[in-house]
Amino acid sequence: MVERLAVEARGLVKRFGDVMALAGVDLVVPAGEVLGLLGPNGAGKTTAVRILTTLLPPDGGWARVMGLDVVRQSGEVRRVIGLSGQYAAVDAYLTGRENLLMIGRLSGLSRSSARRRADDLLELFDLTDAAGRTARTYSGGMRRRLDVAASLVARPAVLFLDEPTTGLDPRGRLGLWRLLGELTARGTTVLLSTQYLEEADRLADTIVVLDAGTVIASGTPEQLKARVGGDRLELQASPGEDPTALAAAMVGLGSAPPTVDVDAGRVAVPLTDGPGILPDVAARLSAAGLRVSDLALRRPTLDDVFLTLTGQPTTTEPSTTDTVVVGRPR
Amino acid sequence: MTATTAHAGFRRLSGLGWLLANIATVTGRNLHRLVRVPTLIAFATVQPILFVLLFNYAWGGAIHPPGVQRYIDYALPGIYVLAIGFGASQTGVAIADDLTTGMIDRFRALPMARSAVLAGRTAADLVRNLFVLLLMTTVAYAIGFRFHAGLAAAAAAIGLALAVGVAFSWIFGLLGLLVRDPESAGIGGLLAIIPLIFTSSTFVAVATFPGWLQAFAKINPITVTVDAIRVLCVGGPAAEQIRQALAWIGALLAVTVPAAVIRYRRTTAT
Ligand SMILES: Nc1ncnc2c1ncn2[C@@H]1O[C@H](COP(=O)(O)OP(=O)(O)O)[C@@H](O)[C@H]1O
Ligand SMILES: [Mg+2]
Repeated sequence: MVERLAVEARGLVKRFGDVMALAGVDLVVPAGEVLGLLGPNGAGKTTAVRILTTLLPPDGGWARVMGLDVVRQSGEVRRVIGLSGQYAAVDAYLTGRENLLMIGRLSGLSRSSARRRADDLLELFDLTDAAGRTARTYSGGMRRRLDVAASLVARPAVLFLDEPTTGLDPRGRLGLWRLLGELTARGTTVLLSTQYLEEADRLADTIVVLDAGTVIASGTPEQLKARVGGDRLELQASPGEDPTALAAAMVGLGSAPPTVDVDAGRVAVPLTDGPGILPDVAARLSAAGLRVSDLALRRPTLDDVFLTLTGQPTTTEPSTTDTVVVGRPR
Repeated sequence: MTATTAHAGFRRLSGLGWLLANIATVTGRNLHRLVRVPTLIAFATVQPILFVLLFNYAWGGAIHPPGVQRYIDYALPGIYVLAIGFGASQTGVAIADDLTTGMIDRFRALPMARSAVLAGRTAADLVRNLFVLLLMTTVAYAIGFRFHAGLAAAAAAIGLALAVGVAFSWIFGLLGLLVRDPESAGIGGLLAIIPLIFTSSTFVAVATFPGWLQAFAKINPITVTVDAIRVLCVGGPAAEQIRQALAWIGALLAVTVPAAVIRYRRTTAT
């Protein structure tokens, strides 16, 4: 049986003057799955979302959503999608409930079903207590939740979320992740753009990495992390202690040899098995009689992905100094 | 799975009924905003009252236009148009604001009719303008204004002022879509209205202008429409002036409505 595709885009091209926002992008989202579109600022994520949601016509290529062409059948496409754009777009002077009622009516719900749907979504998104307040009194996280709720009013077959947690504090981000996790567990097809590998890792079945309008990698989060090298163990030598000795004690621990930042007194070990390695670390430290002032397991960031995939960081950052490699890979 | 279109409680999402339902929803949205946004409340209440009082007491003693006993009888039709024009500049602000905040992206990704965001805004302006006109008329009555041509003519004067308001709303809606920045849309709107108002018959008779300005003032759409409203207020043969005013309003709408809707269909937040 052929897998049913909720979103299929081939060779999407979009130019803005001299800027090539999309330079031939293919995207596929099977029904019921979540695609994470991962990329730094300016990669072309929003442009891709806008083309797929009929807001912008592509200059080249084609795209279908639920089998409907986004250019020739744009009206039909709009009946099966939900969009939560890059910035939370809710009417600040309407209450939370009024916002959802308005979207419900404009999506074709009858007055009574719009009201029921609004109440259900307010409940689901933990906004029932704030439902009667105008949205301008909401926190950033509440606004974003209302915005995502609005994109769900019409029970869309495909949901587009453009950087849903950008600008949220860690608590708001975790809250939204939990909600989106519940949503995707119920089988909603989602295309989610993000700058955070952790977010894509948590929510997506497949990740497509976009850079300067081009797909530079794609695969499951596991495949991508395997390429990037998974987690990293970071050890901080106690003041006065030699970090090289620390690095020597960790040789053979990870998937690659430890690196030492001599000036900072820091040792980094690439790992495949994150938390499982910690007892081994403790044993090695006590066997060598070494002490550390800090020990952290760090997940790879978008920057790590980009360093690995393109050899360049996403943004210009001061380069790490005096990094030397100790020992040999096992 | 195309459950969305088949879902119980959904209706046919096309045709005139759908368009009118969308316009009603958007109108409701804007009327809610009208009573909640402080600047909009001020534009709809304080400003019109100030206009009536200020122009009457500050200029009424100095200006004696022909054909009226009291200056307020001459000035009120112009003040109608001025207040409606200033109020309509807020439509440009609101549309530009919807564009920059992503509201228009949200609306454009819905199956709603493509003209409903603008038409609903215009319809809400119509309601606001009716309120503003009645408020100004009440205040003007208290300081001596009278309709001199009967009830039907008075109603026609208000109706014509409302029609001018519809044209203003579409002009400013289009401006908001083109300018994109709310502040520029507001200032740009006022900068467009002020010269037109002061080179028209709004406050003084066109005959008092220097010759070169008279030529422009006579074809200025503000002059044409204000004169038509005025003749309905003070009395006299009105048919030709009303015809000219309606021709102007029709011409402006014939350009701005399609231009604004086409622009709306293509525009996205940046
Ligand atoms: N409306 C526009 N006009 C001009 N350039 C644009 C426009 N929209 C996007 N771009 C440019 O296209 C590129 C991709 O932008 P975008 O899709 O917004 O990226 P992302 O969402 O990944 O940050 C950027 O270089 C951006 O400056
Ligand atoms: Mg973006």
